[in-house]
Amino acid sequence: MRMFLTGNHAAAYGARLARPQVIAAYPITPQSPIYEKLSEWDGQGVLGARMMRVESEHSAMAACISASLTGVRTFTATASQGLALMHELLHFASGMRVPIVLVNVNRSMAGPWSFWSEQTDSLSQRDTGWLQFYVADNQEALDTVIQAFKISETVLLPTIVVLEAFYISHFMEPVEVPDQRLIDEFLPPFEPPFKLDTDNPASFCQVVSQSQYAEFRIQRHMAMEDALEVAEVVDKEYRERFGRGYGLLECYRLEDADTVLVTAATIGSTARVAIDALREEGRKVGMVRIRLFRPFPKAKLIEALKHAKKIAVIDRNLSPGQEGVFCEELKSALYSRINGIPVFGFVLGLGGTNVSPLHIKKVFDIAEKMNDTPLKPIVNIEDEDALGI
Amino acid sequence: MKMPSEYDTRDNLYPGHMACAGCGEVLGLKLVLQAVERKAISVVVPSCLGIMLGPFPHATFKIPAFHGAFETAASSAAGISNALLAQGDEDTVVIALAGDGGTTDIGFQALSGAADRNENIIYCCFDNEAYMNTGIQSSSSTPQLAWTATTPLGKPLKKKNMVEIMGAHEIPYCASACACFPDDLRRKVTEARKIRGMKYIHILSPCPTGWRYPESLTANIGRLAVETKYYPLYEIRNGQEYTITHQPKNLPVGDYLLAQGRFKHLVQRDLDTIQEQVDKKWDELTKRESRNRSE
Repeated sequence: MRMFLTGNHAAAYGARLARPQVIAAYPITPQSPIYEKLSEWDGQGVLGARMMRVESEHSAMAACISASLTGVRTFTATASQGLALMHELLHFASGMRVPIVLVNVNRSMAGPWSFWSEQTDSLSQRDTGWLQFYVADNQEALDTVIQAFKISETVLLPTIVVLEAFYISHFMEPVEVPDQRLIDEFLPPFEPPFKLDTDNPASFCQVVSQSQYAEFRIQRHMAMEDALEVAEVVDKEYRERFGRGYGLLECYRLEDADTVLVTAATIGSTARVAIDALREEGRKVGMVRIRLFRPFPKAKLIEALKHAKKIAVIDRNLSPGQEGVFCEELKSALYSRINGIPVFGFVLGLGGTNVSPLHIKKVFDIAEKMNDTPLKPIVNIEDEDALGI
Repeated sequence: MKMPSEYDTRDNLYPGHMACAGCGEVLGLKLVLQAVERKAISVVVPSCLGIMLGPFPHATFKIPAFHGAFETAASSAAGISNALLAQGDEDTVVIALAGDGGTTDIGFQALSGAADRNENIIYCCFDNEAYMNTGIQSSSSTPQLAWTATTPLGKPLKKKNMVEIMGAHEIPYCASACACFPDDLRRKVTEARKIRGMKYIHILSPCPTGWRYPESLTANIGRLAVETKYYPLYEIRNGQEYTITHQPKNLPVGDYLLAQGRFKHLVQRDLDTIQEQVDKKWDELTKRESRNRSE
């Protein structure tokens, strides 16, 4: 059924279609409409899950972990400070191999207080052992939530699906909501290999020795590596069943592109417009939008960028003292296989400031004028003198 | 003395729990697990209980256990309870097992939240009155004037009264108990099993290591805590109905306090002050109990 939905409501529909049995949530701007929509369905008796209205995001994640350990499908949603509050438990979740799906609405971290889009909240969870998807529109939000359950339950690792504050969460678009019967065929009930079960008692998450801990850590990493292939297979199956797939990367007009923009989320959808305009002018530009951030699709990135002469990265996030996180990760991926391509890291759109097609055109202009990879991120695209061009 | 035979077959702990000799907490744990029987799932959080659960791949619990994050005893138990209800299981008992630090300090918010939502769990706080698993550091459940490694001159502040705080949440069942009164403790857990919604049991757990008394005296110390009225045994139903479950012998508090190294620095003036406080609180408690009798 085609509906006119905000990104938050699209994600809520995705969650409901996946038939979770326990949902635990806590309100936070700009995630609250997800929680409210799920509560509305709960009130109507059509949610099909037990709704836990907990007293914090920390308790929401704790409840999802332990509920999942009994073998039920679980879902939660949060943003920003809420995700940061969950941080400790994100490690527990991946360590306990529970396939929770979490929608995080990207919002800047305080202080000072800000409510608009920035990716630093979710990227700060990089090392917690969760898969991370960054989506570019409302349809992709719904579809990715459903895919995430299947991928997570296959590799037994949890997934964060990231929507950007307001650009997706509150923006309305036409969204195709799949038929429940077709989703049920795509996503069978969750059956974990081990669970809290009084007929087969076992202790979970006990104290382990140094070498046992090392083994658990490596196993988690191996599962994350497996997730690369699983994510691709699940996306392909989804495309076959529903006519929509996204890949781990979106490659846009990469054929013969000399200067390639690498970015994520809604800056990617804006960039399509800018690239179309530049192509009209005969400029050889293209884009790679990173959809799956963890596990990082290194091989696919190297393949996609092997003919590029220059790479510009736009990050709506910043690791203070270093640079944008996508840029840093990309350089790390390229280092082993592709030498000598200059990479220009731009940090734009912080705190939800707008990154328009004109800004993106400027990024291409600067990248084409510069030659060497700068040691610092480019945070000001207006001052060409400062850039030495 | 032999334990009542009806419980012998119910033991839910394997031997080899790794608690200190003379531990009052593991005694309480054994009694609680006997009373919940086999159809139960437990949550343990960092505390001496985590040591008793045993290191992987061994386990001392005969019921399923999840050793979760420090501050999540209540929220983890609530997650399990909801998941069981989502699967149509209304019989399995879900029990949260936490220490006093995990309950009165870091886990307090989650506990209050679970009580507010009237989650169908039994929450047991094993109160050895300090962070004993990490050494002997003061918690908000450490009594006033007690020595700990972080209150070397004696704790200046009073002990947080968790039974009254949980009673004020108006949960269906709330009780104080002590492993040194085994029948009373087991009866309270059995009582809690019959009630739907949030149940809170606060279990005083004498600790020879942290309280500084000979390990052979655990049973005496726990009994003295109760018989001096320093730690009354009672129940609160629905935040209103008070029942004192053991009439204390009214021994002087000094009998309890001076038996422990952590209070050895107390002088007569301190003992008099504490005696006065204890008598006053006991009066309040008996008034509350008689109030519901008269209603």
